[in-house]
Formats: sequence, structure tokens, C-alpha cells
Amino acid sequence: MVALCPVAAIADAPQRVVSMNLCTDQLAMLLADEGQLISVSRIAADPRSSAMVAQASLYPANSGLAEEVFLMQPDLVLAGSFTARASVNMLERLGIRVIKFKPAYGLGEVRDRIIEMGAALGHPERAEVMAANFDARLAHYLREVTLRPRAALYYANGYTSGDKTLAGQILAAAGFENIAAEAGFDGGGVIPLEVLAMAGPDTVITSRPYPATSRSEEVMGHPVIEALRGARPEAALTDSDWVCGTPFVLQAIADMTALREEVLRP
Amino acid sequence: MTRLFILLAGLVAALFVASLVVGPAQIGVAQSLRALVAGGEGPVTLVMREIRLPRAVLALLIGGSLGLAGAAMQGYLRNPLADPGLIGVSGSAALGAVLAIQTGFAAGFAFGLPLAALAGALAGVLLVLVLAGPGGSSLTLILAGIAISALAAACTALVLNLSPNPFAANEIVFWMMGSLADRSMVHVWIALPLIVLGALMLATLARGLDALTLGEDAAEAMGIGLRRMRLTLIFGTAAVVGASTAVAGAIGFVGLVVPHLLRPFVGAQPGRLLWASALGGAAMLLAADIAVRMILPDRDLKLGVVTALIGAPLFLHLIYRTRREGL
Amino acid sequence: MTLLRLTGFGVTLGKRDILRGIDLKVREGELVGIIGPNGAGKTSLMRAALGLTQRIGQSSVAALSPRARGRAVAWMPQSREIAWPVTVEPLVMLGRTPHLGAGQRPSAADLAAVDRAMQRMDLDAFRGRTATRLSGGEQARVLIARALAQETPLMMADEPIAGLDPAHQLATMQSFADLAQEGHSVIVSLHDLGLAARHCTRLIVLDQGGVAADGPPLEVLTADLVRRVFGIRAYLEMTPDGLVFQPLEVVA
Repeated sequence: MVALCPVAAIADAPQRVVSMNLCTDQLAMLLADEGQLISVSRIAADPRSSAMVAQASLYPANSGLAEEVFLMQPDLVLAGSFTARASVNMLERLGIRVIKFKPAYGLGEVRDRIIEMGAALGHPERAEVMAANFDARLAHYLREVTLRPRAALYYANGYTSGDKTLAGQILAAAGFENIAAEAGFDGGGVIPLEVLAMAGPDTVITSRPYPATSRSEEVMGHPVIEALRGARPEAALTDSDWVCGTPFVLQAIADMTALREEVLRP
Repeated sequence: MTRLFILLAGLVAALFVASLVVGPAQIGVAQSLRALVAGGEGPVTLVMREIRLPRAVLALLIGGSLGLAGAAMQGYLRNPLADPGLIGVSGSAALGAVLAIQTGFAAGFAFGLPLAALAGALAGVLLVLVLAGPGGSSLTLILAGIAISALAAACTALVLNLSPNPFAANEIVFWMMGSLADRSMVHVWIALPLIVLGALMLATLARGLDALTLGEDAAEAMGIGLRRMRLTLIFGTAAVVGASTAVAGAIGFVGLVVPHLLRPFVGAQPGRLLWASALGGAAMLLAADIAVRMILPDRDLKLGVVTALIGAPLFLHLIYRTRREGL
Repeated sequence: MTLLRLTGFGVTLGKRDILRGIDLKVREGELVGIIGPNGAGKTSLMRAALGLTQRIGQSSVAALSPRARGRAVAWMPQSREIAWPVTVEPLVMLGRTPHLGAGQRPSAADLAAVDRAMQRMDLDAFRGRTATRLSGGEQARVLIARALAQETPLMMADEPIAGLDPAHQLATMQSFADLAQEGHSVIVSLHDLGLAARHCTRLIVLDQGGVAADGPPLEVLTADLVRRVFGIRAYLEMTPDGLVFQPLEVVA
């Protein structure tokens, strides 16, 4: 869990914050003061993963190595709970304060992460405003829908995401029914292509392949997947908005809502 | 001999059908076969024709190829330890394939992938013949195989590691262990021409391999063109192993186990062993692929693991026998 | 009819001349023994005459196409290799290889030739036996049967009786002599001068890169030649049992 002390936070707002994780990078860039954040991770400048490439290029990049980070003399380091344990432990041993953020496993947790980041950076009210904004816009999407077309998420190596994941909930918020639930997936897991085909989804949403091919991603182009997607390949792709629990998920939901309308069109 | 042929062909046919009706989707046997043949709307047809059919066809083609190539190499080298996987030909083919994929050559040109794997396999076969050609002992052959396999594996790992794609580094497992999961009819079409061509080339070796039973001098004096045989063997093996590895990764031991098991049933004659091993290899790989889907269906058990579990103990036994009899 | 003609024939190994300037003819009905000290080039001469190694000059057999050569000469190399545990009958059938087209099954004529060969070498009882499990003498008979099944006018054998017991040595040489009687010719290389003297109709002695002597055994095996080429003194006598040759002692 997050370690913080609400009262002291405002007075002792950290002045030199280094972020080592893509999701903390983006939340920090959204909530920090000018000059408060001194470095973000290299991947924040990668357009396939980051929704804030332009902003990220304004910050010096770090590769998440303990030595590199230490030499920046931060007074606070933001990391993900899955960031390289050895690096994080090393920084803590060197006496640096590290706050670890869990990934957002659902839309409800996006608000939580925003609040936690605000507290960590010493801007709780700013975070509250952003969270309230997020809730309002989300509510717009969460209105009841009568017709839920069936969709499947399918990534490299046949991975899918169920209803207890951020991606699954984006899909649900956009008005789809996720076939992963029928197939018995709550979280993420490998779904056999046959099972996916037999579930007969109305569309399949895959991730964008990385440069230079890999065999793992080949399966996303399998004739069966192409047949299931029908004529809508380009619209049905995840991108950087899906990766982290940030307000950008709303854009992902908007994209999926547009896809839903296309699917429902006769 | 016709009895053996009928038995093996029947076995292959039965395993082929079995392979078509086994899978994680719960589809009844009758329904699945009907959808395969008659077609019709719905996901069952899609599953049968685009997922299960290519898988079964590839298992048959690749198993047959590996059995045939193993028998041909053993016949030519007059050594029962020759197997395309063991002596490094599959590994070199995998290197060729990986290079083609990582440089984009495979994406640019439909047959780029199997041709690149062919080139890799060619290099592998040539190296084996240079290092441990006929007249070389078993020891030399195995050492050559170790050297070539190690070199090919190291280079493959290097290429994958240097790839900008984050998934590439983990794919070494597929290339080294082989898998037929999620293959499509596209893979069948790109592999088919080279497999057919290579198989036809290897089939022409039957008479020459029989004559080689008496040694090279006697065979040549009877009119067998040894140089031509060597070239045919090199290109035939490279074509067949290259195309197979390009679509399924390196699968070993089929070319070792199948000729060994079937040799007593063909009277040890190398010419007959060619077609028998082709059928036997197809049967073995079909069976292994069925096993992979029935045992531990949730984990992605690699095909090469099953063939290695069958083949490695046999290999040990053959080595032990070689030591005792001083082959 | 000439079955083998060598003209200006020589054998090279890399840059080295092993043999040079050889002119000889082998006609029907001859049993020719090629003899000479170790390293004289007996094997090289035979292999080169067949066209299997580098040579200079003409060899009538080497000039033939591979298939025609297979029907003209049957070659039994020294190594007596049997690579796989095949049974005797298919092994003898391999002798029919030059007569079979691509993918062609053995015809009745081929089966008959194999039967004749096996009968001649007394192998009828061994038809279904695994060749690699037979004794040395039995294997030698099987390999000769293969060469017989080839039904060629000429047969060439490199040390076919080395390592066999006396009975098998005599029986083999007798078979070759019978073949010569029937109008075929056999060229064998031998170390056993006694057997060569008794059974061969003609001896060719190789020494110092050339032919030292060529003719009937009694004429070739003079004391002088025997001392010069082989460095031994021997007993040579025509007896009621035939020509007897027995090496006696080493001389300088």
C-alpha cells in the first residue's frame, strides 16, 4: 500500500521527483508543479506506450537503473509495484524515499491512483479536481445500454483480458460484452484461438504490433482473427491510452464507443 | 512390404483424423468433420478449416519430411545416429528463418521465409558433410553436430536479443523447441512447394542408398553417381528441413527415432526405409501434436519437448550400443 | 575379345607418380593375379583402371559411361563393407543394380541371375540370414555372389581372400578359375604367392612404379625376380598336384 502522511505532505512537498514507471510518469506529469518533476522513464517518450509523448520529451529520461537515479539526487522516487525490485531496493537502501504505485486493475482504481499521486506530490486538491472531472466524464459513458455487441481482446501470444482488468472495463464502459468472461477469464490469460472463434465475437480488438516482426504477434494476424473482425481492422486496436490508469482511458472508451456504433450499424 | 505400407498409411490416416477432432474447443466429432468437409456458416467451419486443418496438414508434412530426411542422411552417411536436429541442420535452418524475420526479408516476399531457412539448412548440411562426411566415424559426426547446433543456437539467440521487438527475445523457445500452435493455411502454402520438391529429390536416392550398403567404391563401380547423390542429398535435405523449420521451429529426434524403429521391418534396406520413415515420421509428429493438446492443454507444451522426451532416451541407448560394439 | 586395355597408363596421387607407362591387355578366359610388395600400387592400379581415381593414359573400362561400366566390370573392393544388417538375398540382388532402370523392380531375369549366383557360391541355405551375422568366410562368399550376379564379362577383386581360412581361400580361387574356364576373366590382387602361382593363368608383377613382369606363373616367378622384387628366396616346382611355390627365407 501507499505510505504517506497527509498532514506533512503539503508542507514537505518534494522538490526533486524522479519517476521510473510509465504510469507514474504520466500521472506525475499531469499533477506536478513546474520544475518539481526532474526525470521520467525512457518509455514515456515511446508513442506506442505513452499517451504523453510530447510532454515527456521535455524531461530528461532515465532507464530505471539505481545508480543513474541516485546521481540525480531525488528526494522522492515514484515506481510501479512491478518495477525492477533490485533497483527499487537499492534506492531504498541508499536512503531515498520510494513510493510504489500499483497498476490500476479497473476504472474505479483510476480515481484512486490520481488521489494517491496528488498526495505524494503534495497537491491533494489538484488531484481531487482531476478525479472529480474524471468521474463526471466516466459517468457519461456508464449509462445503461440495451444492446451489447460481443467483443474479444486478443494480444500477442493469444493473451486476453477479462472483466477484472482495466482493458476489460474499458470495453464494458464502451458498451461491449467481453467474451473472456464466458471463457472463464477474470483477469488476463491465454485463450486458445479455437475457443475464441467458437465464442463468435462480433469484433476482435488487438494491440498494435511492435516494429520488427515477432512470432508472438503473428497470431493477431491469423486468418481467423481477420475473419472475425470483418471489415474493421483499423478501428479495433488498442494503443497508449489503454496502458495506464490515467484520465486518458476516457479516450480509449470514446474510441471503443465509436467502434461499437460501427459494429451495430447494419 | 505392402503390408507394412498399408499399416503405416492406415496409421497416418487415423492419426490425421484424430488430430482434426482434438482441440480446446468442445466440438463433437461428427459435427467437426461435417463442418470441415461440407462447410457452412458459423464458427465451427472457421475453426476446422483455418485452425485444425492447417495444423494437421503441417504435422503430416513436417513429420514426413523429418523422417525422410533422417533416413536419407543415415543411409548416405552409413550411420544410424544422423538426424537433422541432432546434427545441427534444424538449428541452422532456424537461424536462417530468424534472420529473415528480423531483417524484414520474410515480410517483403512471400517465400522469403522458407527460402532463408533453406539457405540456413544448406549451410548446416554442407558443414556436416565437410566435417564428418562418409568415412567419418560416429564420434566425428556427433561432434560436428554439437558444434553446428551450438553455433546456430548462439547466433539465433543473439539476433533475437538484439531485436527492437520486446517479444522477440522470448521466442527462442519456439525456435529451439518447435510448435504447431496457431498455424494457418498461409503457413501450409509457403512450406508446401519446398517440402514437395525436397521430398521428390530425396526419393530418387533410394537405389543409390541401397548400393552404398557395399561401400562407396563398389557403389560407384556399379554406376551410381556419388557426386550427384551428394548434391541431391544436400539440397533435398535442406529444402525439406528448411521449409519445416521455417513454419514450426526446430523439431528434433523424429529423424532419429523413426528410421531406427522401422529399420527391422524393412530388412534394413535403406531404399525402402525412405518411404517407411516418411510415413512413420508423419505418424509420430501427428501423435506428438495430439499428445501436446491432450496432456496439459492449458500450458503451451512445445512439440519439440515431446519428441525430445521420446528421442533422447533412444539416443542415449544408441550411444551406449555404439560404445559397446565400437561402431 | 579384349576385356580391359590399358595404354600409356599411369596412376598419380596428388603430385606423386605411383605407376607409369603401363600397357597391357586382358582377354577372355584369363585369371590374372596382380602381385607385388606392399605399396607397389596394386589397389591403385585397379581402382584407376576402373576410373575411380586420378589417372593418366587410356583405360578401356574407365572410358565407358558409369552404367555401361557397371555391366562390363564387377568390382570387389578390399574393404568388404556391409553397412546394414540386410539379409543375404537382397544383398546379392544389389549386383543387379547396373541392369535396373530408375525405380524399376527386379524382373524374372534378375531373380534368375541372383539364384544362379547364390547356387554357385553354395548360399541357398543362407537366403534369409542376416549378412552381418555370418562368419568372415561366409560373408566373402556372399560378396562374391553379388559380383557374380552382376553377370559381367570381367570381374576385379582387391585381396578377396585376405583373412580367410585355407579352405575358403582355396574354394574362392577355384571359383575364379572356374569363371575363367567359362570365358569370363578375373583380375585379383594377392599377397599369397603360393595361391597365385597355383590358380592364376597369368601374373602381373608391380614394382618400382611399373610392371616388372607379365606372363604365366612359371615364367614370371624366377628366382631372380623373386629375390629382386620380394626380397626372398622361394621353392618353385611343378608337381603332379600343380605348381607349388613356397617362400623360404628373407634375403638381402
